[in-house]
Amino acid sequence: MADVAILQSGQGIDAAEAEYRAAQRRRRLRRRIMPAAGVLSVLVLWGLLVYGFDVPPFVAPSPFAVAQTLVENAGMLLANLWPTALEAVLGFLLGNAAAIAIATVFVHKKTAEEAFFPVVVLINTIPVVAKAPILVLLLGNGIEPKIAIAALICFFPTLVNMVRGLESVNPQAMELMRVLSASPREVFFKLRVPTALPYLFSALKIAASTAVIGAIVGEWIGSTVGIGALIIQATYNFDSALLYATVIVGSTFSVLFFLAITGLERLVVRWQAPVVA
Amino acid sequence: MVTQAALLDPAVAEAPGAPAIRCDDVAVRFITERRTVTALENVSFEIAEGSFLSLLGPSGCGKSTLLRVVADLVPPTEGRVTVLGGSAETARRDHALGFVFQDAALLPWRTAIQNVSLPLEVGGRSVLPPGSPTPTELLALVGLSGWENAYPHELSGGMRQRVSIARALVGGPKVLLMDEPFGALDEITRDHLNEELRRIWQETGTTILFVTHSIYEATFLGQTVLVLAANPGRVREIVPIDLPADRTLDIRETDHFMRIAARLRRLLGEA
Ligand SMILES: Nc1ncnc2c1ncn2[C@@H]1O[C@H](COP(=O)(O)OP(=O)(O)OP(=O)(O)O)[C@@H](O)[C@H]1O
Ligand SMILES: [Mg+2]
Repeated sequence: MADVAILQSGQGIDAAEAEYRAAQRRRRLRRRIMPAAGVLSVLVLWGLLVYGFDVPPFVAPSPFAVAQTLVENAGMLLANLWPTALEAVLGFLLGNAAAIAIATVFVHKKTAEEAFFPVVVLINTIPVVAKAPILVLLLGNGIEPKIAIAALICFFPTLVNMVRGLESVNPQAMELMRVLSASPREVFFKLRVPTALPYLFSALKIAASTAVIGAIVGEWIGSTVGIGALIIQATYNFDSALLYATVIVGSTFSVLFFLAITGLERLVVRWQAPVVA
Repeated sequence: MVTQAALLDPAVAEAPGAPAIRCDDVAVRFITERRTVTALENVSFEIAEGSFLSLLGPSGCGKSTLLRVVADLVPPTEGRVTVLGGSAETARRDHALGFVFQDAALLPWRTAIQNVSLPLEVGGRSVLPPGSPTPTELLALVGLSGWENAYPHELSGGMRQRVSIARALVGGPKVLLMDEPFGALDEITRDHLNEELRRIWQETGTTILFVTHSIYEATFLGQTVLVLAANPGRVREIVPIDLPADRTLDIRETDHFMRIAARLRRLLGEA
């Protein structure tokens, strides 16, 4: 993020700029070091608790046991991550594409919104764990129900945000478009879509993590591969180290997915005023 | 379409023709859930082509509404609006109107030059009429050369307003409608932009309808001041401003200017 520096009186522009850059470097470094320090202290605390209270390995593993499992079973863990990642990403694309398409229809046809928005809200009130078996019955045991669950879980927040974004157009900008005799299509692409982008991205960032949750929950029901299946197996076998390692692999993927969307947002939404630290 | 050159030609500009804007007994009523508001009642006036009319009146007297009626943004409930000899809608569709909003209404995701170019991207007008200034030239006209690639959030309020004026001038509109464009600015910036606006008006020969709260601004800018009275909004008086065409801000200190301002103040007080 670009921060704003204020030029002090009696200070040369070069000096001020150098100082600004140095401050920015320090800030950036801090932003990396502090989270790392936080993670490290949690790991230390975890190790101390497990060793100090002599916790048996089937209840909770030590950080070292988890690290060892991560290294030794890396191949197997990644092999199981692959289907989950595929389901999550495909579900993400499908769910969000559907949400954006339906939001577009809702904005153009108020009657459609009035008729179907309540239906969407109703479906959204069914918890994922209840939707999952229904979809497995409907779509079989393959990858399809998992994609469908991931898609459904992404769908609702994106739909709501996208409709809000498309409708939160500045009324004067709307009048400007009319003075310019812009067609509805031009109003949509030149005004509504750019207005909606920040709203869309805040939904997509939520969807990036929830899509992975959706895929994992889908795998809990009748699946032999994937992070979700591995979690169930490890739990039944009291293999706490493998359970933790699996959870870590799953969350790492979630975080990377989230960061990818954040990076995309930075590329696309460049116009917001810089947030002054 | 009259080209820029023709508009600048005094022979054309001074030719007595049909008025640029004409309102006959215009009334506008807004029906809301709780009540019906008569924003305008019995409003009749006309503006000659190439002239500058200031619209002055207390808050809520329907100034913005009158501008919106002329811009075909609000249909009149009664009466008739004629713009450039035709309906307001025809004038809008022919891209003969420019509108400057109070808060600039720039699109935040577009740079200054992209904002000025917007009128060329929508409404089926992809090419400029021959001879009319390009967006880059218009930014220079409002004193913003070098700021082409700045985003609105990187500009000051005064600069944003200049960008929006440049945008309204794209394609050489014959009528420029300005709704308190300098209302949110400090006095010094406002003075400066007032002088610039008079210069732009003299250079382009555009007909300008300018809404303001400020007696001084109305007097300094206009050839004529239309004073509106409130509740319901109606024409209080049409005051010709017999000040020389070449004005600088110093004119505001002359007795003549003061007398006109005092008269407008009285009219507003009675309004
Ligand atoms: N879209 C609308 N719906 C309902 N009432 C409206 C609408 N637009 C304007 N009005 C009403 O019409 C009247 C005139 O409004 P208008 O905005 O034209 O006043 P104005 O002279 O521009 O005021 P100001 O100087 O404060 O901008 C007001 O009473 C206002 O409440
Ligand atoms: Mg107004």
